[in-house]
Amino acid sequence: MRHPRSLPRTAVAAAGLLLTLTACGGGFDDSTAPATQQSGPASLKLMIASSGGAELTAVQDATAKWAAASGGSKVQVIAANDLPQQLSQGFAAGSPPDVFAVDATKFQSYADEMLPYGDSVSYKDDLYPTLRTTFTKDGKLYCVPKDFSTLALAINTDQWTAAGLTDNDIPKNWDQLKAAAQKLTTGGHTGLVFNDTRDRVGAFLVQAGGWPLDADQKKATADTPQNLQGLTFVRDLLASGVAKYPKQIGAGDSGEAFGQGKAAMSVDGNWMVGGMTKDYPNVKYRVVPLPAGPAGAGTLSFTQCWGIAAKSKFQDQAKQLVDALMQPQQELAFAKTFGVMPSRQSARTQYQQEFPQQAAFLAGADSAHGPVTLTKMDPVLTDFDAQIQQLPGADPKQILKQLQTNTTAALGQ
Amino acid sequence: MTTLLTTTSTPAAPPSPARRGKGPSRREGRVGWLFLAPTLVVLALFFVLPIGMALWVSVSDWTGNGSPFSSRVHFVGGDNYAALLTEPGLTQRNFATSIRNNGYFVLFVVPLQTALALFLAMVLNQRRLKGKQFFRTAFYFPTVTSSVAISVVFLFLFSSTGTVNAALKLFGVDGPSWFADPRGVFQIVLNGLGVPKNPAALTSHGFLGLTWWDWLSGPSVAMCSIIVLVVWTTTGGFMLMFYAALQNLPPGIDEAALIDGANGWQRFWRVTLPQLRPTLFLVLTLGLIGTWQVFDQIYVLSRGAPANTTLTPAYLSYSTSFIGKEWGQGSAIAFLLFLVIVVLTLVQRWLLKEKDGKRRSRR
Repeated sequence: MRHPRSLPRTAVAAAGLLLTLTACGGGFDDSTAPATQQSGPASLKLMIASSGGAELTAVQDATAKWAAASGGSKVQVIAANDLPQQLSQGFAAGSPPDVFAVDATKFQSYADEMLPYGDSVSYKDDLYPTLRTTFTKDGKLYCVPKDFSTLALAINTDQWTAAGLTDNDIPKNWDQLKAAAQKLTTGGHTGLVFNDTRDRVGAFLVQAGGWPLDADQKKATADTPQNLQGLTFVRDLLASGVAKYPKQIGAGDSGEAFGQGKAAMSVDGNWMVGGMTKDYPNVKYRVVPLPAGPAGAGTLSFTQCWGIAAKSKFQDQAKQLVDALMQPQQELAFAKTFGVMPSRQSARTQYQQEFPQQAAFLAGADSAHGPVTLTKMDPVLTDFDAQIQQLPGADPKQILKQLQTNTTAALGQ
Repeated sequence: MTTLLTTTSTPAAPPSPARRGKGPSRREGRVGWLFLAPTLVVLALFFVLPIGMALWVSVSDWTGNGSPFSSRVHFVGGDNYAALLTEPGLTQRNFATSIRNNGYFVLFVVPLQTALALFLAMVLNQRRLKGKQFFRTAFYFPTVTSSVAISVVFLFLFSSTGTVNAALKLFGVDGPSWFADPRGVFQIVLNGLGVPKNPAALTSHGFLGLTWWDWLSGPSVAMCSIIVLVVWTTTGGFMLMFYAALQNLPPGIDEAALIDGANGWQRFWRVTLPQLRPTLFLVLTLGLIGTWQVFDQIYVLSRGAPANTTLTPAYLSYSTSFIGKEWGQGSAIAFLLFLVIVVLTLVQRWLLKEKDGKRRSRR
C-alpha cells in the first residue's frame, strides 16, 4: 500500500462510497416500502400555497387549535411560494409534507403519492358532488375538497343605471348578455371583460354543453359543435367590441379593469369580492349568476383538496387534522378570512346568511364544471390559452381542431 | 453568474504521478491530494453526481416519486429525446418554439451587450474623463442587483399603464401592451408593410413543427423588453472585463500608431481591438452561455406568455419537470440545451481563431 498512486485511488474509492451512500440512504429511499405508522403525538408538516398573510395565519390558528387538543402533537405550517414545484421536490426526495393542499388541475399526477382516504370520512356525502367528482380517480375519492370558488358576473351598478338599464335587463341568456354589453359599451368603457384563458372562456363552452374532455377524462371531445358554438360566441363578443380582454384596455386582469371602471361587467370568481373591498372600495357593484347558454346554466369551479402523503408516518393523525380543518365552523372561519366557499353543504345556509354578497357564486355550485385534472393536459391547455388569446382574429374551428389533436396525443390515443 | 463555475472551470488535471528526480516527492503528491480532496468531494457530490443522475433520468421513465434508481424506473432509450426532435406534436412544437425564442434572444443580446460593454469601457478608459469613479459604479450597478428584483421593477415599467407607456404618450405614441401581442416584431413590421398575416409561401413548410413564418417571426414585443432588461443588467459586468483589459494594454503601441498617423477609428479597429481578442472571446463565450440559459427573468416576468413567445428551453425544462411532471423529457431538454451551447461555443471559438490564422499567414 505504499505505492504512490494508492492515495488517489483511495480518494476515488472514498468518493464513490460517499456517492453510493447518498444515493441509497438519506433522501433517496425506495418508495415501494410502505411507511411504518407511528401512533401517539405526531409532528406533522402541512403545506399550502401562500396566497397572502391572512390565509397563512388562519391555517396556523386552526392547526394550533387541533394540536393543542390532540395531546402533544405539533403542526408546522409551510407556505409554499411555488406549491407544485415544492411538492414535486418533496415527493422526489421521499420526504413530502404529511398534509398538503392539492390544486385540482394537478390532482391526478399526485394521486399515486397520496393516501386515498376520502371514502372513509364521515362527511363524504356532505361534500358538493361536483367537487367530489373532481377529486375522484378510478372510483376512489382521494382527498376531501377544502373549499371552492366559482365564476359569476359582476356588474358596475353606476354604469348600469347610467346606460338606462334596470333589474329587468339583468342578462339571463347569451342574447341578453350581448345586448346589455352593447348598451354598456361607450367611449369611456367597454361592456364586458374577462381574462383570456380557458379558466374564463371555458365557462362559455360549458354553457353551450361542451368541454374539451369527456366526463371520465379518457377521450378528447374538443371539436364538437357545442364547443364550436361556445367559442364562436366568445369570438363574436370580442369581434363586435362589446367585450374585451383586460390587456386590450390596459389592465392586468379583469378585476383591475372592472375596479378601475374600464369595464361595466366582468366574469370573475369569489376572490374579487375581497379584492374590490381592498383596492376599489368606492365602486358600487352587484354580482349575478352567469347567463345561461343554449345548454343551460354553466360556470367553472376552482378547488383544492387536503392531500395526505402515502409516505406519511402519521396518517391517522393527519386524517384527524384534516377532519378538524373540515369542520363546518372551521370552514366558515376560513371563508371569512380569505374569501372561499365551504365545501360542505351543511355550511351552506349559514354561509348564505353571513355572506349575502357571495350568493351568486354559491348559486353556481350546482352547475359548476371542475377543471381538467390531468397534468399531462397542462401543455395542451397552455397552448389552447395561447390560441384563445388570438381571438377574435383566429378561427374557432381551427383552434378546436388543434385542441382535439393535441388532447388526443396527450391522452396517448 | 453561477454558470461561470459550472461550465468553464474544469478541475485542474491531476499532477502526473511522482517522477523520480524532478517531480514532486511522494509526500508532496499525497499532501496535494489531501488538499484537493474537499474540492473533489464537493465537485463529485454537487456536479458530477446530479449531472449523472439527470442523464439517467433523461433516458428513463422516472415519475418523480422516490429514487430514480429504484427497480420501478425503466430504461426507455431515446424516447424522451425522440418526443422533442422527431415526433410531430405539441411537445416538439413547444421545444422548437423555445429554441426559436432563445435563438432570437441570443442573437440580440450577445452583440448588443458586447458592443455596449466595450463602448462603455472605452469611455471609462479615457484619460481625461472626470468622475470616473461615479460612472464606473453607475455602469456596474445593475449587474450587482438581484435579477428577480430588477425583473419585478421591469414588470411595473412595462405594464400597459406603466412608466414606459406613459413616457411614450408624451411623444404622442400609443404604447403597445408589452406583454400581450403574440406576434414577433419582424411579423409586426412585415404586416405593417402590407405583407399578409400568414404568407402561404412561408406557412406551407417548416421545420420541427414550426412553419418558416414562425421561425422568422423575430422576438415578440415581450421578449424585446426582456432583451432590454438583460442587456442593461449584464453590460456592467462585461464592461468591467473590457476595462481591466484596456488598463493592461501598453500605451506605447497606441502612441506609435498615433505617430504613424492613424486616426481614432483606425487605432480602435486595428490596434486596440486585436489586442482585446482574448477578452472578447471571454465576453462572447460567457454571454453565449448565459443567454442560452436565461431563466430568472422569464420565470418572474412572463412564464412563457404571451402565446409561448418568451418560452425558453431552460424554463421549458423546468416547467416540463416540475409542473408537467415529465421528468425524463425535462432532463432531455436540459441536455439538448447543453448540446446547443457546446456546439455554438465551438463554432464561436472556430470563428475567432480563423481570423487569427489568416492574419498570421499574411505576415
